Amino acid sequence: MRYVGQSIKRVEDPRFIQGKGGYVANLHIPGMVYLAVKRSPYGHAKIKKIDAKKANALPGVVAVFTGQDLVDGGCGALPCGWNVPDLKTPKRYALTIDKARHVGDGVAVVAAESPYIASDALDLIEVTYEPLTSTIDARGATEKGAPLVHDEIAGNTSYFWALGDKDGCEKAFASAHKVVELELVNQRLIPNAMEPRACVAQWNAPTGEMTLWTTSQNPQPIRLLLSAFTLGIPENRLRVISPDVGGGFGSKIFHYPEEIITPWVARALNRPAKWVATRSEASVTDSQGRDHVTVAKLALDRNGVFTGLHVQTWANMGAYLSTFAPLIPTALYVTLFAGLYRMKGVWGEVWGTLSNTVPVDAYRGAGRPEASYMLETLIDLAARELAVDPVELRRKNFIRKNEFPYQTPVAMTYDSGDYDALFAKATSLADYGKMRKDQDKARKEGRLVGIGVSGCIEASGPAPSAVAGSLGSAVGLWESGVLRVHPTGKVTALTGSHAHGQGHETTFAQVVADELGIDMKDVEVVHGDTGRVPFGMGTYGSRSAAVGGSALVRSAQKIRAKLIKIAAHQLEAAEADMVYDQATGKVYVKGSPDKAKGFGELAFAAYTAHNLPAGMEPGLEESAWYDPANFTFPNSAHIAQVEIDPETGEVKLQRYIAVDDVGKVINPLIVEGQIMGGIAQGVGQALWEQGVYDESGQLLTGSLMEYALPRAESFPKFELSRIETPSPHNPLGVKGAGEMGTIAATVTVTNAVMDALAPLGIRHLAMPLTPERIWKAMTEVGKEKKPGSDIQYFGEK
Amino acid sequence: MKNPVNVTVNGRETSHDVEPRLLLVHYLRDVLGLTGTNVGCDTSQCGSCTVIVDRQAVKSCTILAVQADGSEVTTIEGLAKNGALHPIQQAFWDHHGLQCGFCTPGMIMTATEILKKNPKATEHDVRHGLEGNICRCTGYENIVKAIVAAGAVKEAKGDKKKKGA
Repeated sequence: MRYVGQSIKRVEDPRFIQGKGGYVANLHIPGMVYLAVKRSPYGHAKIKKIDAKKANALPGVVAVFTGQDLVDGGCGALPCGWNVPDLKTPKRYALTIDKARHVGDGVAVVAAESPYIASDALDLIEVTYEPLTSTIDARGATEKGAPLVHDEIAGNTSYFWALGDKDGCEKAFASAHKVVELELVNQRLIPNAMEPRACVAQWNAPTGEMTLWTTSQNPQPIRLLLSAFTLGIPENRLRVISPDVGGGFGSKIFHYPEEIITPWVARALNRPAKWVATRSEASVTDSQGRDHVTVAKLALDRNGVFTGLHVQTWANMGAYLSTFAPLIPTALYVTLFAGLYRMKGVWGEVWGTLSNTVPVDAYRGAGRPEASYMLETLIDLAARELAVDPVELRRKNFIRKNEFPYQTPVAMTYDSGDYDALFAKATSLADYGKMRKDQDKARKEGRLVGIGVSGCIEASGPAPSAVAGSLGSAVGLWESGVLRVHPTGKVTALTGSHAHGQGHETTFAQVVADELGIDMKDVEVVHGDTGRVPFGMGTYGSRSAAVGGSALVRSAQKIRAKLIKIAAHQLEAAEADMVYDQATGKVYVKGSPDKAKGFGELAFAAYTAHNLPAGMEPGLEESAWYDPANFTFPNSAHIAQVEIDPETGEVKLQRYIAVDDVGKVINPLIVEGQIMGGIAQGVGQALWEQGVYDESGQLLTGSLMEYALPRAESFPKFELSRIETPSPHNPLGVKGAGEMGTIAATVTVTNAVMDALAPLGIRHLAMPLTPERIWKAMTEVGKEKKPGSDIQYFGEK
Repeated sequence: MKNPVNVTVNGRETSHDVEPRLLLVHYLRDVLGLTGTNVGCDTSQCGSCTVIVDRQAVKSCTILAVQADGSEVTTIEGLAKNGALHPIQQAFWDHHGLQCGFCTPGMIMTATEILKKNPKATEHDVRHGLEGNICRCTGYENIVKAIVAAGAVKEAKGDKKKKGA
């Protein structure tokens, strides 16, 4: 391997650092109209009348369309792509017709000659609303008397889902030595990828061909949904392109109304059309994250062994079901309840509820951060209440290295891991024993220093397709990879994965170059264009390397096999005697490397077809459709240290130590970047970020003025390391790397803060742990409890 | 009503009649076609649209094109000279200071200001200097690393020039 495992600088960077990124908003097509969407200012209101007379009269306005116009013009409802049993899916149209169900729900669209005129025209569209009472809260929405978001869905409950061993769970609690119980709120988050969503559409009336550029993490499934459900243009006449996309974090997976509206208007007006979200618009239209209310309890026996876990969660789905919404709090949440542990007696129940808020779907981690927050918070609380060290309590319960593959009681079979080694490395890197001693000293000085620990698991690269189908997926979760070797030996790698910051153009080129034994510079990776790339599933769930990378490996194996056949034929040797040297791309007869055929030479021979084995087709292009055998299970040991200002309640994150096992690493530079970025987002949830709605459904954090994103000064230098337990079931041995940081960081930091506050008698505080919230808690518990506690911590042995 | 605007952008004189309400960032992107400067928010929080106006880093969504009349503006497209990357661009590449690339032009333009004020900027100085720029991908660490490293490169080059003179 010449490239895999190396920290190679990214090949995509030169365009970005010189301002040549190809984002959708940069597209300009002569003659285009600019769209702006009129949105509901109410959380819940009947639409009585839409009057566009004044808007239409404004010079430069081309047309105004309503939801009814779109339906009359052939637009179908947006489907939900994940069907849990007895799912009640409310009707959702690109523009709502009967009533607005959240602030930001689109009610009309204006097309104008400039974006400024389109924006002016919005103010001239007069909508008469009859405001209704809103329901906001995940659990409150199910209570008697709560207004119905959709008249046909009783109790605002879209689904109920449960998994585990209910009897075993009950028995465990009946015989428990110790039970810790908490009500937890995993707050609403707004993903805020830096690039606001955008769409550009171009219609070719004579040919009936539509091209849509959209900021999507998965253009192929978007084309499928547009074609089969929402727009009705056949797939072979519809090209969807996701060019450079400025971050996604899940929020750009889903099929959005503007992906229907923009091409529909382009066709209706026979002019190219462009829509670009403002940040404030993104805040009320991009699918949001988390928003769980959970009651959870953990049972332990006399020896500190985890014997039972009982969890009830109300998951807020928002006003409609976004494309994969029911997946997140079910198969990506409850299935991770075992954590890193030999957990038994697990029972989880989930109610997916509707409310007058922006729809909720996957946001970085998606279900798994909610699971780790719940479990790792309970474990830390148990450690505190039992006066044992939180690392020791975890160690006692770890699944051991020799127990993999490990079948958990919640449907997952973990592929590989070594949690003892993981924690040994993390505690050693942190110098955990000294950290605790220093903490004791600080406490005696009256300082509020806290150390947080977490051990987290992720299921990434969701798979195999048949299992995904049995869990509710409406699509397969394989990936495609095509290698097109040109006559000169240059290679185009076409992948169904999509990069929006992850660096696939580099890492996939590393993989392909190593598989074929060629120079990385001779491999170009192409993604994100249904006109060039075969059907594929896109990028989410940390699946690209494990599933998309594996597809390319399979294609490379086929290329090698064909080249071996050609070389054997030309060198008049048996195929079995041939050697394909992956260091050089040369093929020769065993023992005669001097008479080798080069990669370029063989590629050219495949195209001239002058001297190929009998019956062999000319050309050199291979494809693979890789359906993984299992998820991969990245895991982590993270440790954080915080100090709280006793006067203000402000948390200062002083150290952050992260040791991760993401399997084999293709490019350490890129993987570390993913982990650090993930940690930053996770810390954001712990300390600052929260999407807040008032009781009327008004989003109070609708811009970056109110929604607090972390800045450069928010973080210390991260201390990273890793161990590698290769995933045994994919050819690269890789596991997901994109989400582990986020899954672990939130609870690591909240555990640190609660550790700092424990001596004051504060048992639990909800996120985000803002100075205000901490200061209030410190004030409420009073000053009778002095810093310095009776909790014993055992340092490193 | 339209007003004339004359701005020198990346060394090239431009002259257009524009609406008085046109933001500088839209002038750069939509009138001049310089789409390297991105728009990430609408409240001047994110810094993606940062450009240099008369030697000062400015969020180009906060000023009108007409206010830039008579100014010299440098955008991300104007940093590389004769095909050679600016040391800050090079450092962002070397240190993996970007992922999706959307905030990157604003980060790099802000970095020119940070290092102009203090070429020996430390990690702490750089983190403070980036308070007006948001990145969602990187966790900032490699951005900070890149800017500190670029400062060291510029210093070394400056020393060379001084010695040469």
